[in-house]
Amino acid sequence: MNASLNWLSALLGTELEPTDVAHKLAMLGAPVESIEPLHQDLGDIIVAEVERVERHPNADRLTLCYVNNGVEVVEVVCGAPNVEAGKRYPYAAVGTVLPGGLKLKSRKIRGVQSNGMLCSASELALGADQDGIMELDTDAPAGTRLLDVLPVSDFRLDVEVTPNRPDLLGHKGIARDLGALMRRPVKLPPIPGAAGDTNAPVTTTGNGVVGGVEVSIDDVEGCPRYMAAVIEGVTVGPSPDWLVARLHSVGQRSINNVVDATNYALLELNQPMHAFDRARLGGSKIIVRRGGEGEKIKMLDGEERTLDSSMTAICDAHTATAVGGIMGGRESEVSEQTTDVVLECAYFDPKRIRSTRAALKMSTDASYRFERGTDLQGMADALRRTVQLIITIAGGSEPGPPVDVYPNPVKTPAIFLRPERVAHLLGVEIPQKEIEGYLTSLGFSVGPKNGRLAVHVPGWRPDVVREEDLIEEIARLRGYDSFPTELRPLRPSTVPSDPSQAAEALARRVFTGLGLHEAQSVSFGPQREHAFSIGESVESQDVLNPLSAEEAYLRTDLIEGLRQSVNRNWAVRERDIRLFEIGSVFGKRGDAEVPREQRRLSGVISGARRPAHWSESGPSVDFDRWDVKSLLDEAMRVAGIAGEVTEQDGRWVLRDSEGTWLGWAGEITMSGPPWAAPVFGFEVVMRQGVSRAVRFEAIPSTPPVERDIALWLPAGVQVDQVNEIIGKRGGKLLESAQVFDEFRSAGKRSVAWRLVFRSPDRTLRDKDVDVVLNKVLKELKEQLGVERREA
Amino acid sequence: MATVSPDDQFEAVERTLVELREAGAPRLAELKVELLGRKQGLLTQILRSLSTLEPEERRAVGQRANQLKVEIDAVIGQREQELRAGESSGEDVDPTMPGRRSWRGAIHPVTAVIDDVCEIFRELGFSRVTGPEVETDAYNFTKLNIPLDHPAADMHDTFYLSPGILLRTHTSPVQARTMEQHKPPIRIVVPGRVYRRDPFDASHAPVFSQIEGLAVDEGITFVEFKAALDYFAKHFFSADTEVRFRPSFFPFTEPSAEVDVQCQMCRGSGCATCHRTGFLEIMGAGMVHPAVLENCGIDPERYSGYAFGMGPERIAMLRYGIPDIRMLFQNDMRFLRQFVE
Ligand SMILES: [Zn+2]
Repeated sequence: MNASLNWLSALLGTELEPTDVAHKLAMLGAPVESIEPLHQDLGDIIVAEVERVERHPNADRLTLCYVNNGVEVVEVVCGAPNVEAGKRYPYAAVGTVLPGGLKLKSRKIRGVQSNGMLCSASELALGADQDGIMELDTDAPAGTRLLDVLPVSDFRLDVEVTPNRPDLLGHKGIARDLGALMRRPVKLPPIPGAAGDTNAPVTTTGNGVVGGVEVSIDDVEGCPRYMAAVIEGVTVGPSPDWLVARLHSVGQRSINNVVDATNYALLELNQPMHAFDRARLGGSKIIVRRGGEGEKIKMLDGEERTLDSSMTAICDAHTATAVGGIMGGRESEVSEQTTDVVLECAYFDPKRIRSTRAALKMSTDASYRFERGTDLQGMADALRRTVQLIITIAGGSEPGPPVDVYPNPVKTPAIFLRPERVAHLLGVEIPQKEIEGYLTSLGFSVGPKNGRLAVHVPGWRPDVVREEDLIEEIARLRGYDSFPTELRPLRPSTVPSDPSQAAEALARRVFTGLGLHEAQSVSFGPQREHAFSIGESVESQDVLNPLSAEEAYLRTDLIEGLRQSVNRNWAVRERDIRLFEIGSVFGKRGDAEVPREQRRLSGVISGARRPAHWSESGPSVDFDRWDVKSLLDEAMRVAGIAGEVTEQDGRWVLRDSEGTWLGWAGEITMSGPPWAAPVFGFEVVMRQGVSRAVRFEAIPSTPPVERDIALWLPAGVQVDQVNEIIGKRGGKLLESAQVFDEFRSAGKRSVAWRLVFRSPDRTLRDKDVDVVLNKVLKELKEQLGVERREA
Repeated sequence: MATVSPDDQFEAVERTLVELREAGAPRLAELKVELLGRKQGLLTQILRSLSTLEPEERRAVGQRANQLKVEIDAVIGQREQELRAGESSGEDVDPTMPGRRSWRGAIHPVTAVIDDVCEIFRELGFSRVTGPEVETDAYNFTKLNIPLDHPAADMHDTFYLSPGILLRTHTSPVQARTMEQHKPPIRIVVPGRVYRRDPFDASHAPVFSQIEGLAVDEGITFVEFKAALDYFAKHFFSADTEVRFRPSFFPFTEPSAEVDVQCQMCRGSGCATCHRTGFLEIMGAGMVHPAVLENCGIDPERYSGYAFGMGPERIAMLRYGIPDIRMLFQNDMRFLRQFVE
């Protein structure tokens, strides 16, 4: 909301300072985003009177003017054709800085000294030049500051208004909040030149007639209250300077005096109004009804729109002439030819306006305000002020009092405020007098009732509906900073921490310790039908209203985002890439169903296994599949999952005992630059609610016995099968069995294990170990045909 | 000598073997003598004593001693090679040559902020909970007192998956979920991913994180609310950080507040980062709206509380001076490396 500082000053009857107002508004809950000075640079320009005009002795096109600047008469050379003796113009003395930064110097023009300059509108940044210098229509004596006769200098404040405060969308509302803080009353500034009062509207629950126009409401739900005034004999034309300046100061264009008057009311009182040309209202009727299905209307913006029965149409006897609360129609628009105006001042239901503007895909100043709720009780005042304004600036008169069609008058109930509840919530005892003071300064009426306060909420505050809303008003006006900060003893929370948070923290510790960096990718991904990494044929969940085609689906895995990150890193010539990510992935369940959501841990590695060191000359050793296999082991451990790892299409795939996919690891085929290293990735499902209890085991006091055995593994026999037998036959004495070597010769494969034996309570003798080892070897031979390789 | 059993001797050999693997050049030479010295070498002694043993034991001990001999030779050879690689020659060591490094990884700067925030609130008794990223209108909006037909809903530009099912626009739904399942006292912080239909630019992202907090108990007041967030700000930023509370509007809090902290760049004197105000907005907060308590089955006459929400990305950008939010999603190694602690 653009607000004019001058306007606010006028409402509060005091000169306001822009940064002070910005601070006050911030502390009232309506922060000012920006303060824009308007024509503040005209402060040194004064009104000067040209006393005499002579021809320039050396130039036909120039004149020599004798200019009274209020102190003396100076000679000024002027090139404008419209300069005339006896008239007043803006004058810049020598030394004045003009808008744009030019500093005026005394100089000779064609041999004649010119002392300053008579200015055109464009030289003062006040618009396009008409026919030379800017003639001032004023009686102010020479020497008066230009800004005193031309009220264009102002500050434009961009006020951020939250959706609960429609009243702050008008200057009066902002001034009211400021006034409550500054203890100043708000008074509407008088309309320059206004004479006499206007008629109060006549309220009726049935139909009303004003100036021959019959007003009726059919759609009471969409439009509970409709007022209309008629002004006959207006002259549509330009608006006076002060009104144009007001509109400019908030960034609005002047259209004509009648339309400007309605805009003025909107900006001042937050009451949108619409003016119809009475002559163009067929059958002299205004009927407020629901739109017909498929009914068409050509609107003020020139577009034709189609109505339906959820919308409110303002109609004449034959056709819709406006969409209620949104925009008027082209047909009944006020034009230069208009002499009789029908002025609409209505209240439209916020929810209906919201759905209408959404359906019509158009938001206007009016719809924005009606949607947030206008002042149902303040309509008469707004209407009368606008009528007065139109009569003052466009002439005309009212044939009779306006009509106020109000079928079901609303009585808003009082809200009861308990002073002890104020203390209970705010933590500070606030005297009742002080509470009353805050509320009445905002326009609430307060009366004590049985130890409570009965508070009546003014129409402009539709957001205040319960006790807590009043308590916020009290805290807001008292100032949030006036409350102390005091911690009291805490009672422990009954809510346990989510175990997933500890599991994810462990995963982060482990993987950063392994040299990987935590990554964060967006949660959107390409469409998949059989995403390899989610195992089962899981369909991508689509987004109904995506920002772009690339973000039309939710990710089904994390690895895709990491794969893209690898590409991005290659693009900036990074070869050594080690990333992991923890995040949610999604799979579609069905239309209109909440998709499956799963936490995952994923990672990629590519490039050197270790940072290069000078002692190890030669090419770096890059990561290979065995590195990612161990990352899979780590991931399984921290993710709290176990299962069977099998090989599938050159990758390791992990499934649980029911065959459900839990993760994978392996090489990722990517086309990188020639210097890039192969890329390996993994991804696992994070199990929720894992408790990873570590248990201490007694540290052995006996020595171990190590035996290295090399075995010939026949074709088709895998290490896991051997491990299983070693584990089983090794019995209690076998502490560990690690593969430490692989050797191939003449098509035969030998794998070597280091076995460690230990008894917890005695020192093992070689023969104890031999007994076990022989059992192992015997079984290996019988079951798998595995033989010991003799050294 | 005869009192020493072969097992003890073997143990001594094995201890020495362990030391051998790590020994520097001078010690390596000593250990070689200790093990294999022609007179007193440990292994030499074992082999020499074989003749005093029973035949059966002699064979076993002999076999083990020979195995050890092979291993010792191998280890000595390997160690000598390592030492040669490490130092080209004994007398010409340049100690300023760089040491051997390992890769180091770092948690994401946004995670670092989330962890720090949650840790401070843990000190105030808040547990750390999470919730689903896909939500319903009910949990994301209506239970939180945001009617969909009110302009307040426009504060959230929402991605919908199907009618009524959406990507949560804040982690506040977890508030409602928690209050439905637990009785006060409740103190939770909820970090997680949220979604808004904002295209990527320097300060917006369609996906980002949020930390939501909620405290509900008997007798929680505006004073305590201010105190808790003041405690947080002073512990997260610095003890002398000025904290400012301004009225604001959120449908799920009443009274509502924006919480500003003194600008960390200019210490409050005004700069470009804080738009010359000396303050930076870091969170939205307020006392829990009674309608939200009612919607979750908690009696607002008996219980009160406060809630707050903040954006870890924004805080990370402020804390580390990151100029563009997109950097947080690009996973550029040159960026991530900077956060190694
Ligand atoms: Zn600053």
